[in-house]
Amino acid sequence: MKESLQVVAQKLQEKFGGNILGITEFRDEVTVRVKKTIWFEVHQFLRDDPDCAFNMMIDETAADYPLRDERFDVISHLLSLSKRHRFRVKASTSEKIPSLCPVWKTANWLERETYDMFGIIYEGHPDLRRILMAENWEGFPLRKDYPTEGYDI
Amino acid sequence: MQNVMNPVGGDNFQEKGDKRMRLSLGPHHPSTHGVLQVIVDLEGETVVRCDPVPGYLHRGTEKLAENKYYTQIIPLTDRLDYLSPFNNNLSYTMAVEKLVGIEVPERAQWIRLILSELQRIASHLIWFGTHVMDIGAITPFLWAARDRETIMDIFEMCSGARLTLSYTRIGGLMSDVPPGFNEKVHEFTELFHKALKDYNKVVSKNPIFMSRTQGVGVITAEQAIQYGLTGPSLRGSGVEWDLRKHEPYMYYDQLDFEIPLGSTGDSYDRYLVRMEEMEQSNRIIQQALAKLPSKGPVKADDPKIVLPPKELSMSRAEEMQRHFYQVIHGFPAPVGECYFGLEGPKGELGFYIISDGSPRPYRLKIRAPSYVNLQALPLMTEGRMIADVITCIGTIDIVLGEVDR
Repeated sequence: MKESLQVVAQKLQEKFGGNILGITEFRDEVTVRVKKTIWFEVHQFLRDDPDCAFNMMIDETAADYPLRDERFDVISHLLSLSKRHRFRVKASTSEKIPSLCPVWKTANWLERETYDMFGIIYEGHPDLRRILMAENWEGFPLRKDYPTEGYDI
Repeated sequence: MQNVMNPVGGDNFQEKGDKRMRLSLGPHHPSTHGVLQVIVDLEGETVVRCDPVPGYLHRGTEKLAENKYYTQIIPLTDRLDYLSPFNNNLSYTMAVEKLVGIEVPERAQWIRLILSELQRIASHLIWFGTHVMDIGAITPFLWAARDRETIMDIFEMCSGARLTLSYTRIGGLMSDVPPGFNEKVHEFTELFHKALKDYNKVVSKNPIFMSRTQGVGVITAEQAIQYGLTGPSLRGSGVEWDLRKHEPYMYYDQLDFEIPLGSTGDSYDRYLVRMEEMEQSNRIIQQALAKLPSKGPVKADDPKIVLPPKELSMSRAEEMQRHFYQVIHGFPAPVGECYFGLEGPKGELGFYIISDGSPRPYRLKIRAPSYVNLQALPLMTEGRMIADVITCIGTIDIVLGEVDR
């Protein structure tokens, strides 16, 4: 793990303690899994802390695991332009998660897309509408139980 | 019907006797660079609210990818940003290579680098032509199309296709470049160097062009970072961030090039940044050509992932079996997740793959720069004149195939 990221990991442990569920590394990429209750706070901390300095959100998305109790993983990719390091944050949720729009404006469309594709409700989002699919579309295409080739009639 | 006529939702202000007018620009309008709808609320000629409505070209690439083997996804990536298919191929392939941990031979990497820069020039040329045409000049578009044609010929020579290249493979390239490649690319770089001077002469100091772009669509550095802009849109605002320089991949750290930066963050600055980028790409290609090894494999030596050479699979039983096995069963990737982003012509083009150990990605997320950059359109246009909307759509350089995926 990069030295600057070790500092980030350590700071997160100190600040959030038991709410950090695990920090893993794969292919030189660091992922931290947090409880959904601190989803907003952890991002705000990562942006504002001078050692973390993640001033840019690269991506926010989700993945669906229908067999789990909390079926969705919400995933964010962060980048620090000054420290030149990247970080990934994950949390699992069954439906709702706080919106990150107040932290990064770019989260607006990324969350709209995730809502459109998975049906995850971002609480506090200023404008949660469908974006890629039609306004009156039924279902959420990227859920694993959504068929690729249509339903049987 | 309500939804179709009024997709932004909210008040129907015409009933309230408001002076505002709602104008739906697109989805079929030449200046929207594809099937983009922009709903603008106007007071007189001033834009008070701007709401881009993407999605008309949505094909569900991410969903399709979940049902395909890693190699089968390469053709899908051609159809994202169809003005720079090679960069899409490359970014996806390098993400998978990172996931499975395979080393790509040196010659293949250099060829990839050269083609990637050629593709950047081709993409910028289309941007240049259409952007300037939106503003009113037609000749530069014809010039740009002429020079892009040479690049398309080079791609056709290598891959057989002009637009849907699918030229990369996991672990290398589809095949080696044909003889005459170096000469053709070299010829192009010399020609293009001269052509670029002509472009600058005709457009860059043109008073009409300058008054249409200077001070239009201003994005400050802080806003650019808040909105997650990448690529020339970020550098136009004066933020020095280029993945080729700051997180070098392939052999960019061995090459000498500069990152052009803007200062005010208006459309004219972004124009200058892209024009200079083409010059720098041209320089990179010239240096890379000199460093390109004349011989060597273009595919990694990994029998589990890379298909055997065609002549062997046609003549020997083992290779034929391997060929069939790989095509039918794919190759499993290790359990894990990884993200790889490269500096595409529009910005950071990234692929995020979650693997569950099967030969298909469990989840593939495409981080499309056009999608993220388009979000800044309301910021640039609100409070300005309707004519500036056209300039602003041109200046962020979007491709709807990538926005909608």
